[in-house]
Amino acid sequence: MAETKAPAARPLSPHLQVYRLTLTMVMSGLHRISGLGLYFGALLLAWWLMAAASGPAGYARFEWFAGSLIGRLVLFGYTWALIHHTLGGVRHLIWDTGRGFGAQQREWLAAATIIGSIVLTVIVWVIGYLAMGGSR
Amino acid sequence: MSDLAPKHFRTPLARVRGRGAAKSGTQDFWVQRVTSVAGIPLTVAVFVIVIMLLGRNQAAVAQILGAPLVAMIMLLFIVCTITHMKIGMQEILVDYVPDESLKLTLLLANAFFCWIVGLICAYAILKLSFGV
Repeated sequence: MAETKAPAARPLSPHLQVYRLTLTMVMSGLHRISGLGLYFGALLLAWWLMAAASGPAGYARFEWFAGSLIGRLVLFGYTWALIHHTLGGVRHLIWDTGRGFGAQQREWLAAATIIGSIVLTVIVWVIGYLAMGGSR
Repeated sequence: MSDLAPKHFRTPLARVRGRGAAKSGTQDFWVQRVTSVAGIPLTVAVFVIVIMLLGRNQAAVAQILGAPLVAMIMLLFIVCTITHMKIGMQEILVDYVPDESLKLTLLLANAFFCWIVGLICAYAILKLSFGV
């Protein structure tokens, strides 16, 4: 008499893979991923500062790591993540004022963030190498 | 008659307005904005400091990092970014970890990580600055 109905086969809500990948979507993910990278990158900051505070031997160990290929790759990534997350943060602060939501504006902001972060990272590293007098 | 009487007289709007006695429902949101605004000039300043220190030996690095202005900027940067990253990680965890006990464990680990890393950084700067 009272028959239980089988759950209706309703369509599931669409997930990420059904959408065309857009630049703003990628930038949203990159903001979080760069933030996540900086989170664990804080360990590097702690190591550097403790090494400087500990004395010449400790600092030499950090310098050995920072000067190695892996170390330089990690530090380059850290530099980019910090600059990218900062520029992305400026973008979010602009949005917080209620501006920058237009179709062209948000595309422009997304492009400016990624291009700006890459260009600034390269500039910072060029200045860094010049500051060291071309050594290494 | 009594069945029709409302259980309480406050409207739904009145119940959410002010968010009760705590009045702090948006504190993390606000602190995240404060630390992101502060983070902009501090990040630029830290880049300048790091570039100044490149290629110098430990004695010179220790001396510059311990100088009052540099040490103050470093301390502000540390407090600002550690606060910011603690809230940021907390947002990621509550978004992506549905399991309640795992979420609480990770939130606890997040708090420990941020306090420990933050205090290590601050301790190093203070040690250099006070020269002990």
